[in-house]
Amino acid sequence: MLRFILTRVSLIIPTFIGITLLAFFLIRLVPGDPIETMAGERGIDAARHEQLRKEFGFDKPIFVQYGVYISRVLQGDLGKSLVTQAPVWSEFKALFPATMELAICAILFALVLGLPAGMIAAIRRNSIFDHGVMGISLAGYSMPIFWWGLILILVFSVQLDLTPVSGRIDVLYYIEPVTGFLLIDSLLSGEEGAFASAVEHLILPTIVLGTVPLAVIARMTRSAMLEVLGEDYIRTAKAKGLSRYRIIVLHALRNALIPVVTVIGLQVGVLFTGAILTETIFSWPGVGKWLIDAIFRRDYPVLQGGALLLGIVVMSVNLLVDLAYGLINPRIRHNR
Amino acid sequence: MALLEIENLSVEFPTQGGIMRAVDGVSLKLEEGEVLGVVGESGSGKSVTMLALMGLVPFPGRVRADKLSFNGRDLLTISDRERRKLTGKDVAMIFQEPTTSLNPCFTIGFQLTETLRLHEGMDRRAARRRAIELLDQVGIPSAESRLSAFPHQLSGGMNQRVMIAMAIACNPKLLIADEPTTALDVTIQAQILDLLINLQKERNMALVMITHDMGVIAETAKRIMVMYAGQIMEERAAEDLFASPQHPYTSALLAALPENSKGSRLSTIPGVVPGLYDRPKGCLFSPRCAYATEHSRSVRPELRPWAGGQIRCHYPLGDSSRTARINADHPLDAEAAS
Repeated sequence: MLRFILTRVSLIIPTFIGITLLAFFLIRLVPGDPIETMAGERGIDAARHEQLRKEFGFDKPIFVQYGVYISRVLQGDLGKSLVTQAPVWSEFKALFPATMELAICAILFALVLGLPAGMIAAIRRNSIFDHGVMGISLAGYSMPIFWWGLILILVFSVQLDLTPVSGRIDVLYYIEPVTGFLLIDSLLSGEEGAFASAVEHLILPTIVLGTVPLAVIARMTRSAMLEVLGEDYIRTAKAKGLSRYRIIVLHALRNALIPVVTVIGLQVGVLFTGAILTETIFSWPGVGKWLIDAIFRRDYPVLQGGALLLGIVVMSVNLLVDLAYGLINPRIRHNR
Repeated sequence: MALLEIENLSVEFPTQGGIMRAVDGVSLKLEEGEVLGVVGESGSGKSVTMLALMGLVPFPGRVRADKLSFNGRDLLTISDRERRKLTGKDVAMIFQEPTTSLNPCFTIGFQLTETLRLHEGMDRRAARRRAIELLDQVGIPSAESRLSAFPHQLSGGMNQRVMIAMAIACNPKLLIADEPTTALDVTIQAQILDLLINLQKERNMALVMITHDMGVIAETAKRIMVMYAGQIMEERAAEDLFASPQHPYTSALLAALPENSKGSRLSTIPGVVPGLYDRPKGCLFSPRCAYATEHSRSVRPELRPWAGGQIRCHYPLGDSSRTARINADHPLDAEAAS
């Protein structure tokens, strides 16, 4: 087990180098620099521009800049935002729980709907339900997130006035961050209506962000279930006289979950990509929106640091999923 | 009253090319404690017949029969719930591939005690104790520690022993063994066969042994049923059948055994089992039969009593008027018969 974890952790090093390289050079390919962006439409005179470039170290050769950056990162210093002057780490720390809360809700939403839908579709193969679920999930998978989010806002917020348009909670409430998760903090605060408001604000972003994972999980569960239901051990379970419910929920699902868990692990990366778009649409104050803003402001340290930290989160979650995989699949557990 | 009575059982699978008849008019009686061997080539309907009895015919197969009764209960009209109380308890089945027949995600102990708790209503501790006894009985060493093992940690032979332990857990009146040794090493095959025979004798349970291995069947069965293309071809006492096979198909099967081969070449049966599209109008074996005549190619023989058993052939090998009748029905084939 320890060896398995160590192998996986050592794989993080090349990924880490890759992320820093990409984040560092890609943003520098975008025309314009942070100083021009900060100066805005008024412009800035060339001498002052040159002076500031020197101050920030942008005048040095790009590989030297990268070397300086990496050595600082290795010392645990992600730098400061060029715009707010706050350390990247402390900004990330403050914003990440919002993203995490949204991501957890989205994946739960996808699981709670996707697993049963996929199971029932597999059991009632070729039924109207099966075709319906598969059709809808294909549509869901193909749906551009920004379009889907805007449509939902238009229908549920604007036309039907059922849900708020943006934000995490109504402006009436001020919730002291304890865990950073508003659902928990609003309950802790004891303020009347705060929790309900937080839930209302979560509904649409959760649906938007959870749609792609939902589609993937439903389809994967269906195909895994179909495969498992044809296995010899299901016939054995039937020959033992077990009830249909027990065969499906215990004997078949346990096996069908193995590929599904892998897919869920892969969806975590997709989830954070989706979070960037979803947070922007719903003005959700998380790291996704923070990163988008950093791109527009050419806030190099924020972008580099944010990408790196998100990368680490995705890798850690994938590692956890792999460990969970060993838990549900005894053949992996014992073959190390 | 016989333990098992099957009359005119058919199993059909609708396919895109038409209806595939996997089992065609099988009738069978089995007494308590009797050992029946079912032989035939792959695709002869041996397994499907028994799956139909267990209610395990996979979708979209259709089962039809004039009578299907087990231990006095009519399996055709019984409710699913009632049937589940029988399967796994009074009638149990073991399969060809022991390793894939056990659920890879659960321990041996879990899978074994599951049956006991369901049918015998045992609590966790009693079921565990009984499971250890059962593993002991099927010859698994250090039974107690094996309870927490997963199927992939045991060999094929061990897994088949576990399957057998699961099958006999509730003292079934009938055990169906569907090619229980095919996937195993030769040395292990003999051990598993011995185990099955000993268990059958100790418990006096009826045993149906499905195989395509005549050698296996000779050692175990008192009575043998030979199937071909979903039909019973010959069904007689084992000794009689081996001493004087009456159906040309049985005779050809026996001649194909390596120990019966004359000279350096193995004898084979030319051709293949008829499929969906080339099912003959007459006798199903006629395209491959050395004695087929115009008559047997156009008229399907009925299953009829013969030489202490049943046979489905126009010209049984022991029939004294056989040559004359073949000559009369189709003079051209007379040379082959003589």
